[in-house]
Amino acid sequence: MLLIPCPWCGDRDETEFHYGGQAGVPYPERPADLSDEDWGRYLFVRDNPKGRFEERWSHSAGCRRWFSIVRDTVSNEIVR
Amino acid sequence: MRLPEGGRIDRTKPLRFTVDDIEYTGCAGDTLASAMIANGLLEVAPSAYRQRPRGIFAAGVDEPNALVQLDDPMQLATTTELVDGLAAILLSGKGRLIDTPDPTRYDKRNVHCDVLVVGGGPAGVAAALTAGRTGARVILADEQNELGGGLLTENRLLDWLADAVDELDALDETRILTGTTAFGYYDQNFVALAEKHRLWHVRAKRVVLATGAHERPLVFVDNDLPGIMLSSAVRQYVNRYAALPGENIVVATTNDAAYGTAFDLATRVSTIVDSRPEPPRELVRRAQELGIEVLAGAHVQQALGTRRIGGVRVGDRQIACDLLAVSGGWSPAVHLFSQSQGKIRYDERVAAFVADKSVQEQHIVGAANAVYDLAGCLREGFRAGLEAAKRTGFDGSLPEAPYAATETVAPPTPVWFVDGPEDRQFVDLQRDATVADVRRATGAGMRSVEHVKRYTTIGTAHDQGKTAGFAAIGVITQLLGAEAPQGTTTYRPPYTPVSFALLAGRDRGELHDPVRMTPMHDWHVRNGALFENVGQWKRPWYYPRPGEDRKTAVLRECRAARTSVAVMDASTLGKIDIQGPDAGEFLNRMYTNAFAKLKVGHCRYGLLCRPDGMVFDDGVVMRVAENRFLATTTTGNAAAVLDWFEEWSQTEWPDLKVWFTSVTEQWATIAVVGPQARTVLSIVAPDVDCSAESFEFMTFRDVRLADGTPARIARVSFSGELAFEINVDGRHGAEVWNAVMATGLPTPYGTETMHVLRAEKGYVIVGQDTDGTVTPQDLGMEWIVSPRKDFVGKRSYRRPDAVRPDRKQLVGLLPVDPEDLLPEGAQLIAPDTSLAQPVPMLGHVTSSYHSAALERTFALALVKGGRQLIGQTVLAPLRDRTIAATVTEPIFYDPEGTRRDG
Repeated sequence: MLLIPCPWCGDRDETEFHYGGQAGVPYPERPADLSDEDWGRYLFVRDNPKGRFEERWSHSAGCRRWFSIVRDTVSNEIVR
Repeated sequence: MRLPEGGRIDRTKPLRFTVDDIEYTGCAGDTLASAMIANGLLEVAPSAYRQRPRGIFAAGVDEPNALVQLDDPMQLATTTELVDGLAAILLSGKGRLIDTPDPTRYDKRNVHCDVLVVGGGPAGVAAALTAGRTGARVILADEQNELGGGLLTENRLLDWLADAVDELDALDETRILTGTTAFGYYDQNFVALAEKHRLWHVRAKRVVLATGAHERPLVFVDNDLPGIMLSSAVRQYVNRYAALPGENIVVATTNDAAYGTAFDLATRVSTIVDSRPEPPRELVRRAQELGIEVLAGAHVQQALGTRRIGGVRVGDRQIACDLLAVSGGWSPAVHLFSQSQGKIRYDERVAAFVADKSVQEQHIVGAANAVYDLAGCLREGFRAGLEAAKRTGFDGSLPEAPYAATETVAPPTPVWFVDGPEDRQFVDLQRDATVADVRRATGAGMRSVEHVKRYTTIGTAHDQGKTAGFAAIGVITQLLGAEAPQGTTTYRPPYTPVSFALLAGRDRGELHDPVRMTPMHDWHVRNGALFENVGQWKRPWYYPRPGEDRKTAVLRECRAARTSVAVMDASTLGKIDIQGPDAGEFLNRMYTNAFAKLKVGHCRYGLLCRPDGMVFDDGVVMRVAENRFLATTTTGNAAAVLDWFEEWSQTEWPDLKVWFTSVTEQWATIAVVGPQARTVLSIVAPDVDCSAESFEFMTFRDVRLADGTPARIARVSFSGELAFEINVDGRHGAEVWNAVMATGLPTPYGTETMHVLRAEKGYVIVGQDTDGTVTPQDLGMEWIVSPRKDFVGKRSYRRPDAVRPDRKQLVGLLPVDPEDLLPEGAQLIAPDTSLAQPVPMLGHVTSSYHSAALERTFALALVKGGRQLIGQTVLAPLRDRTIAATVTEPIFYDPEGTRRDG
């Protein structure tokens, strides 16, 4: 079980959180202007690296705040 | 037999026990296995697959043979503490589940510590001492009922050990857990410990692994005969339990460790067979002084005997014996280290896989780190304990180590197997798997130990290869002619078996999952409601009267709602209070329809979609004030919708000033439904003008009920009938419900009737008529998708996939036989479709009911290109018959909406 550093509450067990996938994938400014391919890429395509990965978590059973961490997907070490 | 003196047993406390119903006597401090040996009982049940005689082989968790059925199935005699009255049945490899509930109360504890030390041998005790002395919070866990580990086997430093245990006991912040196995090592030093009736979840800042090492067997012909035992087990039985497993002993070894066994049993040992051409001179000299012959560069080819070993063949010689103590070297117990993602590597020097690189905040010391001399173990333990404490912010110093003679441990010479019949050279005693089986696997082209394991089943029995694992690796290495072993199988939790009852703890039966009940729950129970689980909520399903089955009760409830008045407890609907100057704008971006211009005092039904355009949830939203809305959600999705709102407001639009609070449980909601709903309202809320003109559909007002209770009454309808929803503070829910029922008019109804009523009107239930692949357009709800404003998901409706003509669309179905009820989930096909598989499916039934209003059955379905099929027939092929149904518009009752105003 991961120990996840919530920026507001400190280190808490993984069971208090919801996973939010890759960080830094903003909702497009003007979806209507995107091609089908670009919109499809926003909807469905995410990185899946072996190693460091910036991802989002929500402290859903705590303060309900969303935040990002960098986790090593091999060792599960939380780098930042 | 029992030795007249020595050992750590209490001869003044005899304990009676039975094995296969024969009575024996042991002593306090015995394990079942040591007591059996003390009674001359070495042979256990025959092997599971080949029915070969087997005996006690080990003294701990690595025991492959001595399985017994106690109150718990499949326990090891070697790890079962002897208690008075213990009744054991010997098992051949398989246990029997107990079919009565386990009355024991199991518990869980969550604890944090600075330093967790796993293993209470010399290295672990040393680590706990230096860490504990700094004042750090320390937990020392050991699977045995007494600290000491190898010291108890070897009879060494027992005074030092006793003092150390006393000191650890006295330390305020140090906790000793004996009889407690660390069985799982997870991320960020989360370690699970199994005590007999208690599960510990430990989060440690640093972990010291002092898990010791497992002695390995030797593989030769008939190496499974009773009377063949690991050399460390023989030593442990004699020194710790004063139980002597044999009188005339031969020791066969590849390394130094077995010499200790030979020396401790000197007068009873005739021969040491050492695979090394040049064993350490000091050991040979000592053996000779004791009158023990040492055969160097030799190994046992075959064990002789039928039910019990009678001798061994070494080259051309036969040597008589009644006990053979074997040592095929040592494997550091890197299980937990490996579970923690630590990397291991093969070390030629000690012929074993050893810890290489840690990933977590940990130390690995002593035999677990392939350090086999006592002085080295103590040194590593002291250092690691102090270092671990320092890393967590404490300080101390290294103590003077107790005297332990410096030993050099000479390298082993492994022997993987011998010449001779390979189907009698056992690699895995539990699985009766032999060198011949491994050869079949490598002959079939397998190279990886993972593949060989699955092909031969080696290492898959209850001990998960603690003795067999490395033996198999060695055999594979030799068969493939490889220089060194290539790798191990993956170590996974649990290290030793853990009972489900322990893992479940108190989360059984009613406590398995939290149960949520509305304020009116007791009334429902008193009035005979049957309940349905919706998420964690208990919702009334229907209220059968005496003699009524479900169909009859539901038809009666439906009739009441359509012809007079009926009430439902709707308190479980999710409710989210949304506040802030940008609340309207936020909802505009989330819902498919517009909310920014909704008037205060009005309600609107809204649909939420994911960015991919698929329906996610729905509900009515009220505008309570200029900057305040109350959104309702489906019962099961309340938390998900709140999370959804939080996610978009925090991560995408932090500039919008809007905040969310769950108020689901703060409100109780009573839906009053039917043409006579106004009569009920006129009694319960006499001051409210309920006329259609004054109290418009989709508006609400804050009022006081007859007894002065503040209430919010909304004119919304999920049935098509005239309906009012009375919302009150949850604390008043029961009394207001009672007041409504006291009018004597309404019939209570449950979720089943609610489902029928809404389906007659073609209203969908998200999650029943939708499944995450359905767009609003698929549901025929284009009217709710705003063409003017943007919202989450809108772009997706232009994707080619969203406009395919063969998308599944919501339609109604009327079975040709009006009494035929389509099963929900039934697959639909076109007429004249061949039933040869694969059968091309048109879609499936999502909702299906008997209707009182229609006096027949009807259904909703998702059907490919369904709207084009209206008027045509589809078939639902079932196991024993086929139901034909006509495709219709998904609205069956009052399509003009004339009943809404009563």
